Amino acid sequence: MSQSTTDPRMLRAPPKRPLRLSWSDERVRGIVWQVLVVGLLGAVVWWLWSNTVHNLEVRRIATGFGFLRREAGLPIAESLIEYNPTDTYLRALMVGLLNTLKVAVVGIVLATLLGTLVGIARLSRNWLLAKLAAVYVEVIRDLPLLLQLLFWYAILQSLPGPRQAMQPLSGIFLSNRGLKLPWVEWQDAHSFALLAFLLGAVGTWLYRRTALRKQMQDGQPRRVWPVALGAMVALPVLVWAALGAPWTVDWPELRGFNFRGGMTISPEYFALLLGLTLYTAGFIAEIVRAGILAVPQGQWEAAQALGLHPGQVLNRIVLPQALRVIVPPMTSQYLNITKNSSLAVAIGYQDIVSIANTTLNQTGQAIEGIAIIMLVYLTISLSISLFMNWYNARIALVER
Amino acid sequence: MSDLTLETSVAKVPEAAPRSPPASQIGLVGWLRANLFSSWLNSAVTLLVAYLVIRWIIGFVEWGIVNAVWSVPDNQTQACRDLKGIGACWAVVTEKHRFILFGTYPYEEHWRPALCILLFIGLYVVSAMRRFWRKELALVWVVVLAAIGVLMWGGVLGLSYVPQERWGGLVITLILATFGLAFAFPLAILVALGRRSKLPAIKAICVLYVELIRGVPLISLLFMASVMFPLFLPEGMNIDKLLRAQIAIILFAGAYLAEVVRGGLQALSKGQYEAADALGLSYWQKTGLIILPQALRLVIPPLVNTFIGFFKDTSLVLIIGIFDLLTAGKTAIIEPAWQGFGVEVYLTVGAIYFVFCFAMSKYSQRLEAEFNRHRRR
Repeated sequence: MSQSTTDPRMLRAPPKRPLRLSWSDERVRGIVWQVLVVGLLGAVVWWLWSNTVHNLEVRRIATGFGFLRREAGLPIAESLIEYNPTDTYLRALMVGLLNTLKVAVVGIVLATLLGTLVGIARLSRNWLLAKLAAVYVEVIRDLPLLLQLLFWYAILQSLPGPRQAMQPLSGIFLSNRGLKLPWVEWQDAHSFALLAFLLGAVGTWLYRRTALRKQMQDGQPRRVWPVALGAMVALPVLVWAALGAPWTVDWPELRGFNFRGGMTISPEYFALLLGLTLYTAGFIAEIVRAGILAVPQGQWEAAQALGLHPGQVLNRIVLPQALRVIVPPMTSQYLNITKNSSLAVAIGYQDIVSIANTTLNQTGQAIEGIAIIMLVYLTISLSISLFMNWYNARIALVER
Repeated sequence: MSDLTLETSVAKVPEAAPRSPPASQIGLVGWLRANLFSSWLNSAVTLLVAYLVIRWIIGFVEWGIVNAVWSVPDNQTQACRDLKGIGACWAVVTEKHRFILFGTYPYEEHWRPALCILLFIGLYVVSAMRRFWRKELALVWVVVLAAIGVLMWGGVLGLSYVPQERWGGLVITLILATFGLAFAFPLAILVALGRRSKLPAIKAICVLYVELIRGVPLISLLFMASVMFPLFLPEGMNIDKLLRAQIAIILFAGAYLAEVVRGGLQALSKGQYEAADALGLSYWQKTGLIILPQALRLVIPPLVNTFIGFFKDTSLVLIIGIFDLLTAGKTAIIEPAWQGFGVEVYLTVGAIYFVFCFAMSKYSQRLEAEFNRHRRR
């Protein structure tokens, strides 16, 4: 390719021929084909559109998004923001969107961790571990996700009730009402400590950038970890201690027929998260494995020959090359988790699809309801794609 | 001098028998040392994993075989309930297997969906054999799919008519997957070609279609099929629910397959296109004779992987209430007597899905190995 651009003959554009009105002219054929296709498609869309308008009139179905301001009257079991059934449909849909994001984000993090572990385990020199990982990947990928969700939900439902709840660790209860965990009572001091941690993380990142730049100039490596430790661990702890070090743990307790206190993970959310994580981890494991295998053996050997220690070999030589192979397919897995979280509707977790579906059943406005679902997912998909494309461009091979 | 001493020493010492490597390096012991106990960390991992695996297997055998209940007299599930958590209740599968496989299809006509399932499997096996990969295969598909339609509906050849509402079970899953594939594949090829076309309007339409469909979950398309399609059609015209879901699945699969096919089109070297042009072939001659045969061959393994995903995705029709294999399984345990035995039913249904997907997955791996044979040194 690069030779042809230096070839002076190629720099000159081919002479423009005048358009001839004949079927043997490629451009005329192109225009005719396009007019035909667009015309046909337009006619079909127009036909469907006019049918729809007519049907909506006949059935007296309202159109427009006015219903969003009306009272929803639909109860939602779990919500990240305050909500009660007298709120509007708009707020109900917001709750659904947040629930979708809650399961998608946590699922993406957990599936990436588990998938990476399984992918590495499959490459392990330990035969038993490698075989176990292989069996896991094969089985999990060959079963429909919906089936897996129903299966986990059935298992969670067949657990004993709160009174006979299982107690894997003291203070943690697993029953058919979900998982109960002890939780720290959240106070202002905790929020400030969290803020300090975030500031520390930004500071560490800035320090690392400067350190790398200076290393480029004078060749002296600088340690990043003492700064990281100070800014991300010591600083938040100091802030927390300075504000009186509040530490009240809210333990779940059995009162009557149910638990009080602590944090609840509902069986619906638990089953959905478990199913999504286990399923997607199977795919991510294969991506990670392929990425690591794509780095030639010579790269490992050359890095060792240079005297790098194993951590450096992995961090500086192997991972940057493996990531180039891993990131693009990983993006589509993250998109899949987000889209697959819509299966929540089958086990009764109230995500955006479930709430939009109830909305369209209550108001009868099917087109608007489905438009909302599609718009939400298109927006999420686009955002994840944009972010991952940006990340991919950053780690991509820089060529001349 | 040295020659002399050498010769004498050779002459004196009897020839040493070829020594075999130490026993710790070969055979079973050697294998164990290399693969399971190469270091103390490795040994610890091996022992831990082995312990867990053996415990799971013993637990599963006790639950699934030793303590299991295989059948109960007419819906008396008390025996199963007593063993809850200790033994599996396979009686639910014994009792409901006909329902799970065939749904509400008339009982005495069950041989018809059963025959259809066999026909489908036969069709897959024949299509998988490379010796049958020629044009006549398309004809075989048309004939077999038509035969399946006749068998399922009936109403001719002395078969009694069975309305579509009564179909169900495994055969619906196979119908959705197979018909979906048969229609989505040609659509995908057209869209993939359109996306690489030089004509801006056609390219824009194809890009819009693919990106729109791939950006939304299948469920939203299925909802659209179940509640919006009826609004699209003129008054009085109605198409049944299965067909509507089938259309949604075709549109969905078409977009994903189109991207796979496009990958093949892009992988083909530019010289192939230019050579075809230089021979004076028209666009359709070039595409049909030169480009597609090579491009499709390149993407067969990823195509099969897409088929697997798509076979699994047909189970989503559960959400709009179409009676496929998974819905039949879920419905089988609605009856009060059998409530709470979901795990057993889902394991059985899962085994059926697994057989199909695993066969496809192994087939795809084998094809990939065969196609890459020339690359191996």
